[in-house]
Amino acid sequence: MLERVVRLNADYARAIDDDRLEDWPGFFTEKCLYKITSADNHRRGLEAGVIYADTNGMLRDRVAALREANVYERQTYRHLVGLPALVGTQGEVTRAETPFLVVRIMRDGTMDIFATGRYLDALVDDGGALRLRERVVVCDSGRFDTLLAIPL
Amino acid sequence: MGEMTRAWPVDTLARVPFWVYQDEANYRAELRRIFEGPTWSYVCLESDVAKPGEFRTTFVGEMPVIVVRGQDGDVHAFENRCGHRGALIALDDAGSVKNAFQCVYHAWSYDLRGNLIGIAFEKGSNGRGGMPSDFCKADHGPRKLRTTTLCGLVFATLSPETPPIEDYLGAEILGRVRRVMDKPVQVLGRFTQGLPNNWKLYFENVKDTYHASLLHAFFGTFRITRLTQGGGVLVSPDGAHHASYTIGVPEDAKSAAYREQGIRSELDGFRLADARLLDSVDEFNDRIQLQILTVFPNLVIQQVQNSLAVRQILPKGVEAMELHWTYIGFAGDDAEMRQRRLRQANLVGPAGYVSMEDGCVGGFVQRGAAAASDELSVVNMGGEGTESMDTRATEASVRGFWKAYRRYMGY
Repeated sequence: MLERVVRLNADYARAIDDDRLEDWPGFFTEKCLYKITSADNHRRGLEAGVIYADTNGMLRDRVAALREANVYERQTYRHLVGLPALVGTQGEVTRAETPFLVVRIMRDGTMDIFATGRYLDALVDDGGALRLRERVVVCDSGRFDTLLAIPL
Repeated sequence: MGEMTRAWPVDTLARVPFWVYQDEANYRAELRRIFEGPTWSYVCLESDVAKPGEFRTTFVGEMPVIVVRGQDGDVHAFENRCGHRGALIALDDAGSVKNAFQCVYHAWSYDLRGNLIGIAFEKGSNGRGGMPSDFCKADHGPRKLRTTTLCGLVFATLSPETPPIEDYLGAEILGRVRRVMDKPVQVLGRFTQGLPNNWKLYFENVKDTYHASLLHAFFGTFRITRLTQGGGVLVSPDGAHHASYTIGVPEDAKSAAYREQGIRSELDGFRLADARLLDSVDEFNDRIQLQILTVFPNLVIQQVQNSLAVRQILPKGVEAMELHWTYIGFAGDDAEMRQRRLRQANLVGPAGYVSMEDGCVGGFVQRGAAAASDELSVVNMGGEGTESMDTRATEASVRGFWKAYRRYMGY
Protein backbone atom coordinates (compact mmCIF):
# COMPACT_ATOMS: atom_id res chain seq x y z
CA MET A 1 0.00 0.00 0.00
CA LEU A 2 2.80 2.43 0.87
CA GLU A 3 4.20 2.10 -2.63
CA ARG A 4 0.79 2.77 -4.18
CA VAL A 5 0.37 5.92 -2.12
CA VAL A 6 3.86 7.11 -3.04
CA ARG A 7 3.10 6.55 -6.71
CA LEU A 8 -0.22 8.39 -6.46
CA ASN A 9 1.48 11.37 -4.82
CA ALA A 10 4.23 11.42 -7.44
CA ASP A 11 1.70 11.38 -10.27
CA TYR A 12 -0.45 13.99 -8.54
CA ALA A 13 2.47 16.37 -8.11
CA ARG A 14 3.67 15.91 -11.69
CA ALA A 15 0.21 16.58 -13.09
CA ILE A 16 0.01 19.93 -11.31
CA ASP A 17 3.62 20.97 -11.84
CA ASP A 18 3.51 20.02 -15.52
CA ASP A 19 0.35 22.10 -15.96
CA ARG A 20 -1.84 19.09 -16.71
CA LEU A 21 -4.56 20.43 -14.42
CA GLU A 22 -7.23 18.60 -16.42
CA ASP A 23 -5.77 15.35 -15.02
CA TRP A 24 -6.03 16.57 -11.43
CA PRO A 25 -9.70 15.67 -10.73
CA GLY A 26 -8.94 12.14 -11.91
CA PHE A 27 -6.96 11.51 -8.73
CA PHE A 28 -10.20 11.82 -6.75
CA THR A 29 -13.27 9.62 -6.49
CA GLU A 30 -16.57 10.98 -7.78
CA LYS A 31 -17.82 11.89 -4.34
CA CYS A 32 -14.88 13.36 -2.52
CA LEU A 33 -13.59 16.15 -0.35
CA TYR A 34 -10.76 18.46 -1.32
CA LYS A 35 -10.08 21.34 0.99
CA ILE A 36 -7.21 23.75 1.53
CA THR A 37 -7.04 25.09 5.06
CA SER A 38 -4.48 26.15 7.64
CA ALA A 39 -3.07 24.29 10.63
CA ASP A 40 -4.68 26.85 12.91
CA ASN A 41 -8.16 26.44 11.45
CA HIS A 42 -7.72 22.67 11.43
CA ARG A 43 -6.68 22.61 15.09
CA ARG A 44 -9.60 24.81 16.10
CA GLY A 45 -12.09 22.75 14.13
CA LEU A 46 -12.97 25.68 11.85
CA GLU A 47 -14.32 24.10 8.71
CA ALA A 48 -13.96 26.69 5.96
CA GLY A 49 -11.27 26.33 3.32
CA VAL A 50 -9.82 28.68 0.73
CA ILE A 51 -10.83 25.96 -1.70
CA TYR A 52 -13.63 23.59 -0.73
CA ALA A 53 -14.90 20.92 -3.11
CA ASP A 54 -17.15 18.07 -2.06
CA THR A 55 -17.70 16.55 -5.49
CA ASN A 56 -15.46 15.73 -8.42
CA GLY A 57 -17.56 18.16 -10.46
CA MET A 58 -16.43 21.00 -8.23
CA LEU A 59 -12.80 20.05 -8.93
CA ARG A 60 -13.46 20.07 -12.67
CA ASP A 61 -15.18 23.45 -12.31
CA ARG A 62 -12.11 24.77 -10.52
CA VAL A 63 -9.90 23.74 -13.44
CA ALA A 64 -12.32 25.16 -16.00
CA ALA A 65 -12.43 28.47 -14.13
CA LEU A 66 -8.63 28.66 -13.99
CA ARG A 67 -8.42 27.98 -17.71
CA GLU A 68 -11.28 30.11 -18.93
CA ALA A 69 -12.21 32.76 -16.42
CA ASN A 70 -9.74 33.65 -13.72
CA VAL A 71 -6.97 36.16 -14.25
CA TYR A 72 -3.59 35.66 -12.62
CA GLU A 73 0.00 36.18 -13.57
CA ARG A 74 1.77 33.25 -15.20
CA GLN A 75 3.22 31.00 -12.52
CA THR A 76 4.15 27.40 -11.89
CA TYR A 77 4.63 25.24 -8.82
CA ARG A 78 7.25 22.71 -7.88
CA HIS A 79 5.88 20.21 -5.39
CA LEU A 80 8.29 18.33 -3.16
CA VAL A 81 6.22 15.61 -1.55
CA GLY A 82 7.62 13.66 1.37
CA LEU A 83 7.06 10.07 2.32
CA PRO A 84 3.53 9.18 3.40
CA ALA A 85 2.85 7.85 6.86
CA LEU A 86 0.04 5.31 6.79
CA VAL A 87 -1.90 6.25 9.87
CA GLY A 88 -4.80 3.81 9.82
CA THR A 89 -7.36 1.82 7.93
CA GLN A 90 -11.13 1.73 8.34
CA GLY A 91 -12.72 -0.91 6.15
CA GLU A 92 -11.73 -0.10 2.58
CA VAL A 93 -10.30 3.30 3.48
CA THR A 94 -6.59 3.86 4.07
CA ARG A 95 -5.58 7.01 5.87
CA ALA A 96 -2.27 8.64 5.07
CA GLU A 97 -0.49 11.79 6.11
CA THR A 98 2.16 13.21 3.80
CA PRO A 99 4.25 16.38 4.14
CA PHE A 100 4.72 18.70 1.15
CA LEU A 101 6.56 21.83 0.15
CA VAL A 102 5.50 23.95 -2.81
CA VAL A 103 7.79 26.50 -4.45
CA ARG A 104 6.05 29.06 -6.65
CA ILE A 105 7.93 30.29 -9.69
CA MET A 106 6.66 33.58 -11.15
CA ARG A 107 7.12 34.67 -14.75
CA ASP A 108 9.91 37.09 -13.79
CA GLY A 109 11.83 34.24 -12.17
CA THR A 110 10.96 35.05 -8.57
CA MET A 111 10.85 31.85 -6.52
CA ASP A 112 9.14 31.68 -3.15
CA ILE A 113 8.22 28.96 -0.74
CA PHE A 114 4.51 29.36 -1.37
CA ALA A 115 3.21 26.69 0.99
CA THR A 116 4.30 23.89 3.26
CA GLY A 117 2.04 21.51 5.10
CA ARG A 118 0.61 18.03 5.06
CA TYR A 119 -1.94 16.14 3.07
CA LEU A 120 -4.45 14.33 5.25
CA ASP A 121 -5.79 11.69 2.90
CA ALA A 122 -8.47 9.05 2.82
CA LEU A 123 -7.64 6.64 -0.01
CA VAL A 124 -9.71 3.89 -1.62
CA ASP A 125 -9.27 1.36 -4.35
CA ASP A 126 -11.57 2.62 -7.08
CA GLY A 127 -11.86 -0.07 -9.77
CA GLY A 128 -8.20 -1.03 -9.53
CA ALA A 129 -6.84 2.50 -9.19
CA LEU A 130 -5.98 4.08 -5.88
CA ARG A 131 -7.92 7.35 -5.57
CA LEU A 132 -8.43 10.08 -3.03
CA ARG A 133 -11.79 10.08 -1.35
CA GLU A 134 -10.54 12.91 0.78
CA ARG A 135 -7.53 15.21 0.66
CA VAL A 136 -7.43 17.92 3.29
CA VAL A 137 -4.47 20.17 2.56
CA VAL A 138 -3.41 21.54 5.92
CA CYS A 139 -1.02 24.41 5.28
CA ASP A 140 1.35 25.21 8.12
CA SER A 141 0.71 28.91 7.61
CA GLY A 142 -2.65 30.59 7.15
CA ARG A 143 -1.09 33.41 5.13
CA PHE A 144 -1.21 33.22 1.34
CA ASP A 145 0.82 35.55 -0.81
CA THR A 146 -1.18 37.49 -3.42
CA LEU A 147 -3.56 34.72 -4.45
CA LEU A 148 -3.96 30.97 -4.69
CA ALA A 149 -4.93 29.89 -8.19
CA ILE A 150 -3.27 26.56 -8.95
CA PRO A 151 -4.28 23.84 -6.48
CA LEU A 152 -1.83 22.44 -3.94
CA MET B 1 2.72 63.93 13.02
CA GLY B 2 4.23 62.82 9.73
CA GLU B 3 5.46 65.60 7.53
CA MET B 4 4.00 65.60 4.06
CA THR B 5 6.12 67.10 1.37
CA ARG B 6 3.65 67.25 -1.49
CA ALA B 7 0.59 69.26 -2.42
CA TRP B 8 -2.49 67.69 -4.00
CA PRO B 9 -2.22 68.56 -7.71
CA VAL B 10 -5.87 68.92 -8.71
CA ASP B 11 -9.16 69.95 -7.21
CA THR B 12 -11.45 67.40 -8.86
CA LEU B 13 -12.12 64.08 -7.14
CA ALA B 14 -11.91 62.43 -10.57
CA ARG B 15 -8.09 62.52 -10.65
CA VAL B 16 -5.64 60.96 -8.20
CA PRO B 17 -1.85 61.39 -8.27
CA PHE B 18 0.12 58.13 -8.33
CA TRP B 19 2.60 59.32 -5.71
CA VAL B 20 -0.12 58.75 -3.15
CA TYR B 21 0.60 55.00 -3.46
CA GLN B 22 4.38 55.46 -3.39
CA ASP B 23 5.42 58.21 -1.05
CA GLU B 24 6.92 57.15 2.29
CA ALA B 25 6.28 60.44 4.07
CA ASN B 26 2.67 60.40 2.90
CA TYR B 27 2.30 56.86 4.20
CA ARG B 28 3.63 57.84 7.64
CA ALA B 29 1.18 60.74 7.67
CA GLU B 30 -1.69 58.37 6.83
CA LEU B 31 -0.90 56.21 9.84
CA ARG B 32 -1.07 59.28 12.12
CA ARG B 33 -3.90 61.21 10.54
CA ILE B 34 -6.19 58.39 9.43
CA PHE B 35 -5.54 55.17 11.35
CA GLU B 36 -4.46 56.85 14.61
CA GLY B 37 -6.75 59.78 13.89
CA PRO B 38 -10.51 60.31 14.36
CA THR B 39 -11.60 57.11 12.60
CA TRP B 40 -13.00 53.79 13.81
CA SER B 41 -10.79 50.84 12.91
CA TYR B 42 -12.39 47.40 12.97
CA VAL B 43 -10.34 45.23 15.35
CA CYS B 44 -12.22 41.94 15.93
CA LEU B 45 -15.56 40.27 16.44
CA GLU B 46 -17.24 40.59 19.79
CA SER B 47 -17.44 36.80 19.90
CA ASP B 48 -13.62 36.66 19.69
CA VAL B 49 -13.53 38.18 23.18
CA ALA B 50 -16.71 36.69 24.56
CA LYS B 51 -15.67 36.15 28.18
CA PRO B 52 -13.72 38.29 30.67
CA GLY B 53 -9.99 37.84 30.09
CA GLU B 54 -10.35 36.64 26.49
CA PHE B 55 -8.21 38.69 24.15
CA ARG B 56 -7.13 39.07 20.54
CA THR B 57 -4.11 40.92 19.25
CA THR B 58 -4.34 42.91 16.05
CA PHE B 59 -3.36 46.30 14.62
CA VAL B 60 -4.76 49.77 14.20
CA GLY B 61 -2.77 50.92 11.20
CA GLU B 62 0.68 49.65 12.16
CA MET B 63 0.09 50.05 15.89
CA PRO B 64 -0.12 46.65 17.59
CA VAL B 65 -3.12 46.48 19.92
CA ILE B 66 -4.63 44.12 22.45
CA VAL B 67 -8.41 43.84 22.51
CA VAL B 68 -9.68 42.21 25.70
CA ARG B 69 -12.96 41.69 27.53
CA GLY B 70 -12.69 43.23 31.00
CA GLN B 71 -14.05 41.84 34.25
CA ASP B 72 -16.70 44.55 33.94
CA GLY B 73 -17.91 42.98 30.70
CA ASP B 74 -16.73 45.89 28.56
CA VAL B 75 -14.30 45.47 25.68
CA HIS B 76 -11.03 47.34 26.20
CA ALA B 77 -8.22 48.05 23.77
CA PHE B 78 -4.72 49.31 24.35
CA GLU B 79 -1.43 49.43 22.55
CA ASN B 80 0.42 46.12 22.67
CA ARG B 81 3.58 47.83 23.90
CA CYS B 82 5.13 47.64 27.31
CA GLY B 83 5.47 51.04 28.95
CA HIS B 84 9.00 50.12 30.00
CA ARG B 85 11.14 49.18 27.00
CA GLY B 86 8.43 48.88 24.39
CA ALA B 87 8.28 45.12 23.90
CA LEU B 88 5.08 43.42 22.81
CA ILE B 89 3.01 42.57 25.87
CA ALA B 90 0.93 39.76 24.34
CA LEU B 91 2.58 37.41 21.86
CA ASP B 92 -0.35 35.26 20.72
CA ASP B 93 -3.08 36.02 18.19
CA ALA B 94 -5.68 35.14 20.77
CA GLY B 95 -5.92 33.71 24.24
CA SER B 96 -7.19 34.23 27.71
CA VAL B 97 -5.67 35.78 30.83
CA LYS B 98 -6.99 35.83 34.37
CA ASN B 99 -6.86 39.48 35.23
CA ALA B 100 -3.50 40.77 34.03
CA PHE B 101 -1.01 40.72 31.16
CA GLN B 102 2.66 40.45 31.95
CA CYS B 103 5.47 41.54 29.65
CA VAL B 104 7.99 38.71 29.25
CA TYR B 105 11.00 41.05 29.15
CA HIS B 106 11.06 42.44 32.72
CA ALA B 107 7.71 41.19 34.02
CA TRP B 108 5.91 44.53 34.13
CA SER B 109 2.22 43.80 34.38
CA TYR B 110 -0.98 45.43 33.17
CA ASP B 111 -4.62 45.09 34.08
CA LEU B 112 -7.31 44.45 31.48
CA ARG B 113 -7.69 48.18 30.84
CA GLY B 114 -4.00 48.57 30.04
CA ASN B 115 -3.05 50.21 33.33
CA LEU B 116 0.47 49.48 34.55
CA ILE B 117 -0.08 47.72 37.88
CA GLY B 118 3.14 45.92 38.66
CA ILE B 119 6.89 46.46 38.27
CA ALA B 120 9.24 43.63 39.14
CA PHE B 121 11.71 44.68 41.86
CA GLU B 122 10.02 48.08 42.05
CA LYS B 123 11.55 48.55 45.51
CA GLY B 124 14.86 47.04 44.43
CA SER B 125 16.63 44.12 46.03
CA ASN B 126 17.95 44.18 49.59
CA GLY B 127 17.28 47.89 49.75
CA ARG B 128 19.34 48.70 46.66
CA GLY B 129 18.28 49.59 43.14
CA GLY B 130 14.63 49.76 42.25
CA MET B 131 12.59 52.51 40.67
CA PRO B 132 12.80 56.08 41.94
CA SER B 133 10.19 56.69 44.61
CA ASP B 134 8.51 59.38 42.51
CA PHE B 135 7.99 57.08 39.53
CA CYS B 136 4.28 57.20 38.71
CA LYS B 137 2.92 54.00 37.23
CA ALA B 138 -0.19 55.76 36.01
CA ASP B 139 1.96 57.87 33.66
CA HIS B 140 3.69 54.90 32.06
CA GLY B 141 1.32 52.58 30.34
CA PRO B 142 0.60 51.78 26.72
CA ARG B 143 -1.73 54.15 24.90
CA LYS B 144 -5.39 53.32 25.43
CA LEU B 145 -7.98 53.24 22.70
CA ARG B 146 -11.70 53.77 23.00
CA THR B 147 -13.82 50.90 21.74
CA THR B 148 -17.33 50.60 20.47
CA THR B 149 -19.38 47.62 19.36
CA LEU B 150 -21.93 47.36 16.60
CA CYS B 151 -23.74 44.21 15.53
CA GLY B 152 -21.03 41.97 16.97
CA LEU B 153 -18.18 44.01 15.46
CA VAL B 154 -15.61 45.73 17.67
CA PHE B 155 -14.06 49.03 16.57
CA ALA B 156 -11.31 51.03 18.23
CA THR B 157 -10.04 54.59 17.99
CA LEU B 158 -7.19 56.53 19.54
CA SER B 159 -8.87 59.88 19.09
CA PRO B 160 -11.25 61.42 21.64
CA GLU B 161 -12.93 63.17 18.70
CA THR B 162 -14.20 60.21 16.73
CA PRO B 163 -18.01 60.49 16.69
CA PRO B 164 -20.27 57.65 17.87
CA ILE B 165 -20.19 54.78 15.38
CA GLU B 166 -23.81 55.34 14.34
CA ASP B 167 -23.05 58.96 13.40
CA TYR B 168 -19.72 57.98 11.88
CA LEU B 169 -21.44 55.58 9.47
CA GLY B 170 -24.61 57.54 8.79
CA ALA B 171 -28.11 56.06 8.81
CA GLU B 172 -28.00 54.52 5.34
CA ILE B 173 -24.76 52.55 5.76
CA LEU B 174 -25.69 51.67 9.34
CA GLY B 175 -28.86 50.06 8.00
CA ARG B 176 -26.79 48.05 5.54
CA VAL B 177 -24.50 46.79 8.32
CA ARG B 178 -27.51 45.78 10.40
CA ARG B 179 -29.05 44.04 7.40
CA VAL B 180 -26.27 41.43 7.31
CA MET B 181 -24.96 41.35 10.87
CA ASP B 182 -28.37 40.78 12.38
CA LYS B 183 -27.71 37.63 14.43
CA PRO B 184 -24.97 36.18 16.64
CA VAL B 185 -22.15 35.13 14.34
CA GLN B 186 -20.11 31.97 14.24
CA VAL B 187 -16.60 31.95 12.79
CA LEU B 188 -16.11 29.35 10.04
CA GLY B 189 -12.44 30.04 9.31
CA ARG B 190 -9.73 32.66 9.10
CA PHE B 191 -7.14 33.31 6.41
CA THR B 192 -4.61 36.03 5.71
CA GLN B 193 -3.78 37.25 2.24
CA GLY B 194 -0.61 39.27 1.71
CA LEU B 195 -1.08 41.78 -1.10
CA PRO B 196 1.81 43.42 -2.96
CA ASN B 197 0.27 46.87 -3.04
CA ASN B 198 -0.51 49.99 -1.07
CA TRP B 199 -3.56 49.56 1.18
CA LYS B 200 -5.55 52.23 -0.67
CA LEU B 201 -5.44 50.29 -3.93
CA TYR B 202 -7.34 47.48 -2.26
CA PHE B 203 -9.79 49.76 -0.51
CA GLU B 204 -10.52 51.50 -3.82
CA ASN B 205 -10.88 48.13 -5.54
CA VAL B 206 -13.54 47.05 -3.06
CA LYS B 207 -15.42 50.31 -3.55
CA ASP B 208 -15.09 50.07 -7.33
CA THR B 209 -18.38 48.71 -8.67
CA TYR B 210 -17.23 49.30 -12.25
CA HIS B 211 -14.56 46.58 -12.37
CA ALA B 212 -16.60 43.70 -10.99
CA SER B 213 -17.99 42.16 -14.16
CA LEU B 214 -14.95 43.18 -16.23
CA LEU B 215 -12.04 41.87 -14.16
CA HIS B 216 -13.92 38.95 -12.62
CA ALA B 217 -14.93 36.89 -15.62
CA PHE B 218 -16.22 33.90 -13.68
CA PHE B 219 -19.94 34.68 -13.75
CA GLY B 220 -19.78 35.81 -17.36
CA THR B 221 -17.71 32.87 -18.62
CA PHE B 222 -20.08 30.34 -17.16
CA ARG B 223 -23.05 32.36 -18.40
CA ILE B 224 -24.34 32.52 -14.91
CA THR B 225 -27.05 35.04 -15.33
CA ARG B 226 -26.95 36.90 -12.11
CA LEU B 227 -30.72 37.26 -12.22
CA THR B 228 -30.07 40.90 -11.99
CA GLN B 229 -32.80 43.37 -12.21
CA GLY B 230 -30.85 46.12 -10.63
CA GLY B 231 -28.37 47.28 -8.15
CA GLY B 232 -26.54 50.34 -7.16
CA VAL B 233 -24.16 51.97 -4.80
CA LEU B 234 -24.81 53.92 -1.61
CA VAL B 235 -22.17 56.38 -0.51
CA SER B 236 -22.19 57.96 2.95
CA PRO B 237 -22.51 61.77 2.92
CA ASP B 238 -18.85 62.23 3.88
CA GLY B 239 -17.80 59.82 1.14
CA ALA B 240 -15.96 57.52 3.52
CA HIS B 241 -18.20 54.44 3.60
CA HIS B 242 -20.19 52.66 0.93
CA ALA B 243 -22.46 49.72 0.21
CA SER B 244 -22.95 48.31 -3.26
CA TYR B 245 -25.62 45.76 -3.99
CA THR B 246 -27.19 43.59 -6.66
CA ILE B 247 -30.86 42.70 -6.58
CA GLY B 248 -32.24 39.48 -8.00
CA VAL B 249 -35.30 39.27 -10.19
CA PRO B 250 -38.47 38.55 -8.25
CA GLU B 251 -39.12 34.89 -8.68
CA ASP B 252 -40.27 31.80 -7.02
CA ALA B 253 -36.98 31.28 -5.24
CA LYS B 254 -37.84 27.71 -4.38
CA SER B 255 -38.09 26.67 -7.99
CA ALA B 256 -35.13 24.51 -8.87
CA ALA B 257 -36.25 24.56 -12.48
CA TYR B 258 -35.98 28.32 -12.65
CA ARG B 259 -32.57 28.19 -11.08
CA GLU B 260 -31.37 25.65 -13.58
CA GLN B 261 -32.56 27.78 -16.43
CA GLY B 262 -31.21 30.91 -14.89
CA ILE B 263 -27.72 29.80 -14.21
CA ARG B 264 -27.00 27.89 -17.37
CA SER B 265 -27.01 28.98 -20.93
CA GLU B 266 -28.38 26.81 -23.69
CA LEU B 267 -25.92 28.26 -26.09
CA ASP B 268 -22.40 28.04 -24.83
CA GLY B 269 -19.97 25.29 -24.00
CA PHE B 270 -19.00 26.33 -20.51
CA ARG B 271 -21.19 25.04 -17.79
CA LEU B 272 -20.59 24.31 -14.18
CA ALA B 273 -20.37 20.58 -13.64
CA ASP B 274 -21.70 21.10 -10.13
CA ALA B 275 -24.10 24.02 -10.02
CA ARG B 276 -24.76 23.58 -6.30
CA LEU B 277 -22.08 26.23 -5.90
CA LEU B 278 -24.74 28.80 -6.67
CA ASP B 279 -27.63 27.18 -4.89
CA SER B 280 -28.41 30.08 -2.60
CA VAL B 281 -31.17 31.10 -0.26
CA ASP B 282 -32.62 34.58 0.13
CA GLU B 283 -31.71 34.62 3.81
CA PHE B 284 -32.30 38.32 4.37
CA ASN B 285 -35.65 38.26 2.55
CA ASP B 286 -34.90 41.21 0.32
CA ARG B 287 -33.61 39.59 -2.90
CA ILE B 288 -30.23 41.27 -2.52
CA GLN B 289 -27.80 38.65 -3.76
CA LEU B 290 -24.64 40.55 -3.23
CA GLN B 291 -23.72 43.36 -0.93
CA ILE B 292 -20.23 44.72 -0.45
CA LEU B 293 -19.85 47.30 2.27
CA THR B 294 -16.85 49.30 3.41
CA VAL B 295 -16.22 51.15 6.63
CA PHE B 296 -13.39 53.65 6.35
CA PRO B 297 -10.51 53.01 6.76
CA ASN B 298 -10.14 49.24 7.16
CA LEU B 299 -13.28 47.10 7.07
CA VAL B 300 -15.17 45.24 4.37
CA ILE B 301 -18.37 43.32 5.14
CA GLN B 302 -19.22 40.95 2.36
CA GLN B 303 -22.35 39.06 1.40
CA VAL B 304 -21.88 37.18 -1.85
CA GLN B 305 -25.01 35.07 -2.03
CA ASN B 306 -24.76 33.09 1.24
CA SER B 307 -21.04 33.55 1.68
CA LEU B 308 -20.44 36.04 4.48
CA ALA B 309 -17.10 37.41 5.58
CA VAL B 310 -15.49 40.35 7.26
CA ARG B 311 -12.20 41.50 5.81
CA GLN B 312 -9.80 43.65 7.78
CA ILE B 313 -7.30 45.76 5.83
CA LEU B 314 -3.91 46.19 7.50
CA PRO B 315 -1.29 48.49 5.95
CA LYS B 316 2.22 46.97 6.04
CA GLY B 317 4.42 49.66 4.53
CA VAL B 318 4.03 51.75 1.38
CA GLU B 319 3.82 48.81 -1.02
CA ALA B 320 2.37 46.00 1.07
CA MET B 321 -0.75 45.17 3.05
CA GLU B 322 -2.52 42.25 4.59
CA LEU B 323 -6.11 41.27 4.22
CA HIS B 324 -7.45 39.30 7.16
CA TRP B 325 -10.45 37.24 6.13
CA THR B 326 -12.89 35.92 8.72
CA TYR B 327 -15.51 33.69 7.14
CA ILE B 328 -18.66 33.69 9.20
CA GLY B 329 -22.07 32.15 9.47
CA PHE B 330 -24.70 32.47 12.15
CA ALA B 331 -24.93 30.46 15.34
CA GLY B 332 -28.41 29.31 14.30
CA ASP B 333 -27.46 27.97 10.85
CA ASP B 334 -28.70 24.47 10.10
CA ALA B 335 -26.41 21.85 8.54
CA GLU B 336 -27.61 22.63 5.05
CA MET B 337 -26.88 26.33 5.37
CA ARG B 338 -23.49 25.57 6.84
CA GLN B 339 -22.58 23.39 3.85
CA ARG B 340 -23.87 26.07 1.52
CA ARG B 341 -21.63 28.66 3.15
CA LEU B 342 -18.60 26.34 2.96
CA ARG B 343 -19.24 25.70 -0.75
CA GLN B 344 -19.90 29.34 -1.58
CA ALA B 345 -16.70 30.37 0.18
CA ASN B 346 -15.13 29.21 -3.10
CA LEU B 347 -16.37 32.47 -4.59
CA VAL B 348 -14.30 34.61 -2.24
CA GLY B 349 -10.98 34.67 -0.40
CA PRO B 350 -7.42 34.26 -1.72
CA ALA B 351 -8.60 31.54 -4.15
CA GLY B 352 -12.06 32.98 -4.78
CA TYR B 353 -13.64 32.65 -8.21
CA VAL B 354 -14.73 36.29 -8.08
CA SER B 355 -12.03 37.66 -5.81
CA MET B 356 -8.65 36.11 -6.57
CA GLU B 357 -8.00 38.80 -9.18
CA ASP B 358 -8.31 41.47 -6.50
CA GLY B 359 -5.23 39.92 -4.91
CA CYS B 360 -3.04 40.69 -7.90
CA VAL B 361 -4.58 43.71 -9.60
CA GLY B 362 -3.38 46.18 -6.96
CA GLY B 363 0.14 44.91 -7.60
CA PHE B 364 -0.36 45.48 -11.32
CA VAL B 365 -1.17 49.15 -10.59
CA GLN B 366 1.73 49.43 -8.15
CA ARG B 367 4.16 48.08 -10.76
CA GLY B 368 2.55 49.76 -13.76
CA ALA B 369 2.67 53.18 -12.18
CA ALA B 370 6.17 52.74 -10.71
CA ALA B 371 7.64 55.57 -12.77
CA ALA B 372 4.50 57.71 -12.91
CA SER B 373 4.46 59.42 -9.52
CA ASP B 374 3.54 62.79 -11.04
CA GLU B 375 0.94 61.37 -13.44
CA LEU B 376 -2.74 61.18 -12.58
CA SER B 377 -5.09 58.23 -12.29
CA VAL B 378 -8.55 58.68 -13.84
CA VAL B 379 -11.64 58.09 -11.70
CA ASN B 380 -14.29 59.60 -13.93
CA MET B 381 -17.01 56.99 -14.50
CA GLY B 382 -20.36 58.51 -13.61
CA GLY B 383 -18.95 62.04 -13.44
CA GLU B 384 -17.08 63.76 -10.64
CA GLY B 385 -19.53 63.46 -7.76
CA THR B 386 -19.91 61.06 -4.87
CA GLU B 387 -23.69 60.70 -4.71
CA SER B 388 -25.42 57.34 -4.30
CA MET B 389 -26.49 55.97 -7.69
CA ASP B 390 -28.80 53.21 -8.87
CA THR B 391 -26.21 51.89 -11.27
CA ARG B 392 -22.88 50.23 -10.74
CA ALA B 393 -21.29 51.73 -13.88
CA THR B 394 -19.89 54.50 -11.75
CA GLU B 395 -16.86 55.28 -9.67
CA ALA B 396 -18.82 57.44 -7.22
CA SER B 397 -17.78 55.41 -4.20
CA VAL B 398 -14.11 55.53 -5.21
CA ARG B 399 -14.37 59.29 -5.44
CA GLY B 400 -16.08 59.19 -2.05
CA PHE B 401 -12.96 57.52 -0.70
CA TRP B 402 -10.79 60.36 -2.00
CA LYS B 403 -13.15 62.95 -0.63
CA ALA B 404 -12.81 61.46 2.84
CA TYR B 405 -9.10 60.75 2.43
CA ARG B 406 -8.28 64.31 1.47
CA ARG B 407 -10.29 65.66 4.38
CA TYR B 408 -8.51 63.49 6.94
CA MET B 409 -5.12 64.16 5.39
CA GLY B 410 -5.62 67.91 4.96
CA TYR B 411 -5.16 67.82 1.16
